[in-house]
Amino acid sequence: MSTSFQPDERGFYGPFGGAYIPEMLIPNIENLKENYLRIMNSESFRKDFKTLLEDYAGRPSPLYHADRLSDHYGCNIWLKREDLNHTGSHKVNNTIGQILLANEMGKKRIIAETGAGQHGVATATVCALMGLECVVYMGETDIERQAPNVARMKMLGADVRPAISGSRTLKDATNEALRDWIANPLDTFYLIGSVVGPHPYPDMVARLQSVISGEIQWQMRNKTGNSNPDYVVACVGGGSNAAGSFYHFLDEPEVQLIGAEAAGEGLTSGKTAASIAMGETGVIHGSMTNLMQTDDGQITEPYSISAGLDYPGIGPLHAWLAKSGRAKYLAVTDQEALDAALQLTQKEGIIPALESAHALAALNQLDLKSGENVVVTVSGRGDKDMKTYMERLKLT
Amino acid sequence: MEKLQSLLQHKKDLLSVYFTAGFPHIDSTVKVLKSLEKAGVDFVEIGMPYSDPLADGPVIQNSSTIALQNGMTLKKLFDQLADIQGEVSIPIILMGYLNPVLKFGPEQFVEECQKNNVSGLILPDLPYETYVEEFQELFTSNELSNIFLITPQTPEERIKKLDSASTSFIYMVSSAAVTGARDGLSTQQIEYFERVNAMELNTPRMVGFGISNHETYKNVCQYAHGAIVGSAFIKHLEQSGDDEEGIIQFIETLKTGKSTK
Repeated sequence: MSTSFQPDERGFYGPFGGAYIPEMLIPNIENLKENYLRIMNSESFRKDFKTLLEDYAGRPSPLYHADRLSDHYGCNIWLKREDLNHTGSHKVNNTIGQILLANEMGKKRIIAETGAGQHGVATATVCALMGLECVVYMGETDIERQAPNVARMKMLGADVRPAISGSRTLKDATNEALRDWIANPLDTFYLIGSVVGPHPYPDMVARLQSVISGEIQWQMRNKTGNSNPDYVVACVGGGSNAAGSFYHFLDEPEVQLIGAEAAGEGLTSGKTAASIAMGETGVIHGSMTNLMQTDDGQITEPYSISAGLDYPGIGPLHAWLAKSGRAKYLAVTDQEALDAALQLTQKEGIIPALESAHALAALNQLDLKSGENVVVTVSGRGDKDMKTYMERLKLT
Repeated sequence: MEKLQSLLQHKKDLLSVYFTAGFPHIDSTVKVLKSLEKAGVDFVEIGMPYSDPLADGPVIQNSSTIALQNGMTLKKLFDQLADIQGEVSIPIILMGYLNPVLKFGPEQFVEECQKNNVSGLILPDLPYETYVEEFQELFTSNELSNIFLITPQTPEERIKKLDSASTSFIYMVSSAAVTGARDGLSTQQIEYFERVNAMELNTPRMVGFGISNHETYKNVCQYAHGAIVGSAFIKHLEQSGDDEEGIIQFIETLKTGKSTK
């Protein structure tokens, strides 16, 4: 395939990406654009990043052959265990990388947006580690539904500020974080949690999360003799764990890349977060991508049972992978995700995050054949979702 | 566009006012526009309400939310402007975000602008580079001026580029902030205004963001062609509604520092 899956100089993946930002943010973005690759390629960054990932976050995360799940599907199911990372999800890979960048760029104040609170916790964690001031914007609605993560962030010393505009969820928290950055351009580093936002964020976050696919390659080689599995499956909200899981396989066409997006109560129910299936091209948070919008170009409120997938847009890399046909995106409903979470728990003794349950549920839509190797990224653990599981699976 | 250019060339201490279309009521757009003209405002920016206005502070955000709840759309705005063809003569600028324009279709959007005597556009999330590549020809061939923003952090080299691509005025953001009323001018702001003045740009400048009363209006006029008032006026509409008499008084107080009543 001749198509490139790396962004061009201005951050475009095909027609998607770029930096659609107000003039007030241009100096910050230019500064980051000029420095991120230089810093990330430097020896000291690579050494510090590796050390922290290994000794602090607990990497490499295991690639586990799920025997009973494999029996069920009649092929080899391998689970990439990002749920075993420190803080409970893949998010920490990105926050460790960006905090090192912020340090190197001399920034003293860190801001972040969060939906379910996973990225907020991972950000507050590395700020505590580095002794940096941390402000996390979180929709007021999410603050109410995710009390344990709010408490974790506060215990870690972060200032959690409610976003009270719009639907008071992730998209509004992101708007607030961008406004904070406009007002504090000099000392502040915006630590974005996914492969979204203006260039260079999508590329930077994808590179930091690519540690996932880098490990999958050598782990597959050690376990099967072939570094390429037949499938890599991951859930997609903004798309950071999927970007990280796909990254080293983008130019390996024999590896089928599958993203699972949240259909919510169904694609045509009006309560969905499936931006590939239901979205159209447009600009959100500084990036040209697929997004759910009205006929008048207003961004619509997404819905998913999983707060981490509850975003009306998607990273521009994914919009491009979908359009170019390199990856396939399947829609998974709330109920299918709940069933898959219960199945994994009872067959393998692993309670997945609701986000990751979407990736597991997507297996039912694939035509899997005996002997095939299927890697599924379990992006996070289910502790944070116990309230939903208790209600929906009638555990009380 | 010519009307706006000539105004900027021949008049000093210009006062421009921003208001959100469809706020506080869906039919307020025309009423507010006519009242502002009557009050002696030099030109207006009409805000095209958007669900995610990331360069705006809480006051304008809230007016956008209410306008959208009122059922305001781009199509409705152009219908409202078409209804008063020939009745309003001050220049009109539309201000808003890129996504609704893309969804409307840039060609159709520009055509509607021209039909309805719109002089210029302020689209904060349309960066200069994209403008030059994809929109400049479309805008200028339709007599539409694209207005760029500069901030205290914008490097001189970039200001020069924006200057040469400008056809009416440059919108000088008074400080590092989103829209919203603030008090007084700091020494850093004055340094910034003087630094930009010393560059001897071809394009006149209007200062906006944080201009809330007669004092700040007069102050910034010493350093630029005029000032743009937004949030303070939206606050007035929020509190006192779209009544013509109230609007005329608000503008009078802003211009003279005195209230007529």
